[in-house]
Amino acid sequence: MMLARTDMAGATLTPEPPVLRAEGLSKAYGSITVLSDVSLDIRRGEIHAIIGENGAGKSTLMKLLSGHAAPTGGGMAMGGEPVAFADAVRAEEAGIILVHQEILLAADLTVAQNLFLGRELTRGLAVDDRAMNRRTAEVLARVGSTARPTTRVGDLPLAQRQLVQIARALLDDRKVVILDEPTAMLANDEVDALLGIARSLRDQGVSILYISHRLDEVEALADRVTVLRDGRMIGTWDAAELDQRQMAELMVGRELSDLYPAKRPPATAEPVLTVTDLSVDHGRVEGSFEVRPGEVLGIGGMIGAGRTELIEGLLGLRPSQAGSVTLNGRTIPRLDVGAMMAAGLVYLTEDRKGKGLLLNEGLGPNLVLQALNLINPGIRLNRRKETGALKTAVDEYDIRVRSLSVEAGQLSGGNQQKLLLAKVMQADPAVVIIDEPTRGIDIGNKSQIYHFIDDLVRSGKACIVFSSELPELVGLSDRVLVMRSGRFVAELTGEDITEQNVVYAAASSGRGGEGRTQR
Amino acid sequence: MSSADTTMAAPEGEGFRLRWADLAPFIALAVIVVIGALINSNFMAANNLLNVITRTAFIAIIGVGATFVIATGGLDLSIGSMLAFVVGIMIMSMNAMAPALGVWAIPAGAVVALIVGSLCGLLNGVIITVGKIEPFIVTLGTMGIFRAFITWMTDGGSLSIDNSLRGAYRPVYFGSLFGIPYPVVITIVVALIGAFVLYRTKYGRRVTAVGSNADVARFSGVHVGRVRTMAFVIQGFCVAVAAICYVPRLGAATPTTGQLWELQVITAVVIGGTLLRGGKAHIWGTVAGALILEVIANVMVLSDMVSEYLVAAVQGAIIIIAMLAHRFTSAR
Repeated sequence: MMLARTDMAGATLTPEPPVLRAEGLSKAYGSITVLSDVSLDIRRGEIHAIIGENGAGKSTLMKLLSGHAAPTGGGMAMGGEPVAFADAVRAEEAGIILVHQEILLAADLTVAQNLFLGRELTRGLAVDDRAMNRRTAEVLARVGSTARPTTRVGDLPLAQRQLVQIARALLDDRKVVILDEPTAMLANDEVDALLGIARSLRDQGVSILYISHRLDEVEALADRVTVLRDGRMIGTWDAAELDQRQMAELMVGRELSDLYPAKRPPATAEPVLTVTDLSVDHGRVEGSFEVRPGEVLGIGGMIGAGRTELIEGLLGLRPSQAGSVTLNGRTIPRLDVGAMMAAGLVYLTEDRKGKGLLLNEGLGPNLVLQALNLINPGIRLNRRKETGALKTAVDEYDIRVRSLSVEAGQLSGGNQQKLLLAKVMQADPAVVIIDEPTRGIDIGNKSQIYHFIDDLVRSGKACIVFSSELPELVGLSDRVLVMRSGRFVAELTGEDITEQNVVYAAASSGRGGEGRTQR
Repeated sequence: MSSADTTMAAPEGEGFRLRWADLAPFIALAVIVVIGALINSNFMAANNLLNVITRTAFIAIIGVGATFVIATGGLDLSIGSMLAFVVGIMIMSMNAMAPALGVWAIPAGAVVALIVGSLCGLLNGVIITVGKIEPFIVTLGTMGIFRAFITWMTDGGSLSIDNSLRGAYRPVYFGSLFGIPYPVVITIVVALIGAFVLYRTKYGRRVTAVGSNADVARFSGVHVGRVRTMAFVIQGFCVAVAAICYVPRLGAATPTTGQLWELQVITAVVIGGTLLRGGKAHIWGTVAGALILEVIANVMVLSDMVSEYLVAAVQGAIIIIAMLAHRFTSAR
């Protein structure tokens, strides 16, 4: 079907070959297939959105299209001619560029120096700063940036840096620009500006592949939408045919299995943790919540919604303040990991390798690090108790190890996660906060961890789970709070906890989210 | 229990895990001693060996403290200057107290030295952790400050201990207990305490955790700043202990006292197997490292093959060789 907008552009009525066509693209790492048989056309001057849950294969597809990775099956064509890119530089030469989600700029260089990094203009032996600054000013104007070419990038606000990054992609003429979650770090008005820039690029004839979690952006911006799920292509639709709710259903479209333990009866006890008016990173993330013994409170939201910031703020690991925090009947005067831990709250980080375990240390030292004072009342280490605790934990949490004297880094991801769970449980907490309980671990270990969580909640503890995997969030939680742009936008309980509802609240505009929960 | 059962088959690593990499400094020391014995028969003479070992005491004692600092991922460049400063303060305070206290001025001066040394370490630690400045920069600064103070205190010349104290204090360096020179006894005691604190206490466990990964430690409720600061205080205390042994040796402080010792100490710690980026610490390896440096210097002086002016060059080469050896053995 022909798009109305292409007609208005008046180029031609005979269909021109797509700028970029993917035909049966597949990617496998070893025996694990992450993307299989994806075919799509990118037309000249269209905004083509790619949507899907985390892990649906969006990033992989982008990497294949932009030459950052080579497909293991299928092929690509540009303007009808078959192409294959050896690396990202070749793809850029052909006119396709990926703008990464993270800001990859040298903070101490100027805007112009960043734009021309690695391809500086020269006059004789010297770099030609004047020519580079002039070209930079032109490109910045094209993306609507107010930054000056000679400003140090580190002095620019985040949104401007994002624009600089896009400007860098546009320095040479591009046919296809891939924007990977360009608005993940931006505030609302900055998002509007960015959408405007995307439209103006489209009107200049550039094709844009737009990856986003935010369905309202997709609805407002995209000409066509392709949906991925579990590494497969679900289909491509005209954006006008879909509303946000339909998009969410297409993204999810999956049933829960008995991977998850049965839900528990509603918790009626008094809340064990009550947090009011928590404000993190100077108001970027705010919220109040409570959790009761015997319940799993799920906190959902897309990546960048502020979930991790919320909890790290509660623990005083980021600049934060709170109206009041009551834990186990005690008022916590100061947000501080040590104080929280002493009062009975522990946190299991999502960053297992960076913040959770000492990879070069043995299992015992890792297990007891958090509970050192509990296990050793004096100043001396009680090694016998430590070994005893390790044997118990290995048994209880089914940590599969070759020997008790291996280092934590030698364990598989699943076993590391179990060790981490055992570690935080050493302190016998009343509230356990688990950030991404099963990131990067296989399905068997996942199920075990779900049942460990069920066990500890049934034994009267409270658990808060942060997860960007929707089935997990829905399968585990007795109650779900959904975050978006640093705020709670919905609370779901009982039958209302469905993937569709969570996605809808997390990805649609704030008002839509409210509407759903009041239903 | 099936999985746990299979784990018991492997030898249990309780406290004392012997690995070849951990033994390397001791093997290297043994090899150098053998070479020394082959080159010159005087090397193995009891007198010569005792002399060498006694001279090692200063670097080894300071090295125990440096092992703590480096294990937390820090670095202290100020230790040589700090030693000179503490020696200067100790001599001045003993001389001032001598008329009133007589020989009791010596223990009083030692207490002053320990307090001043610990405070110097505390100063380094607090600036680093509260000011959030790189240890390299902070201790580079205090290194200059301490060195300038001792130059000022000695007025560019030398600051001598009062004659009335000289005789009573002399045995602390030159005397011996059951044939073992006191500095060696003190080194062993300091290393034993250091090893106990590092390997057997909660604090020691936190030191390695902080050096291994400060984020993990912070997320586990460890007060990273306090642990780091305390390591610098331990360093200052060890410097003071070395100063107490040093004063009776020459009986004076000069502007060049302890000059470039920081390089020797860091070399000893690193060739002893402690990782410069933190996390793995070997107290006894540090002692062996200090011995290696001193023995090599002694062998070079005794042999006529290489000029003794090249001692520093050989010591410099050793730290590089030790690191290369470590790189290749761990890259397997």
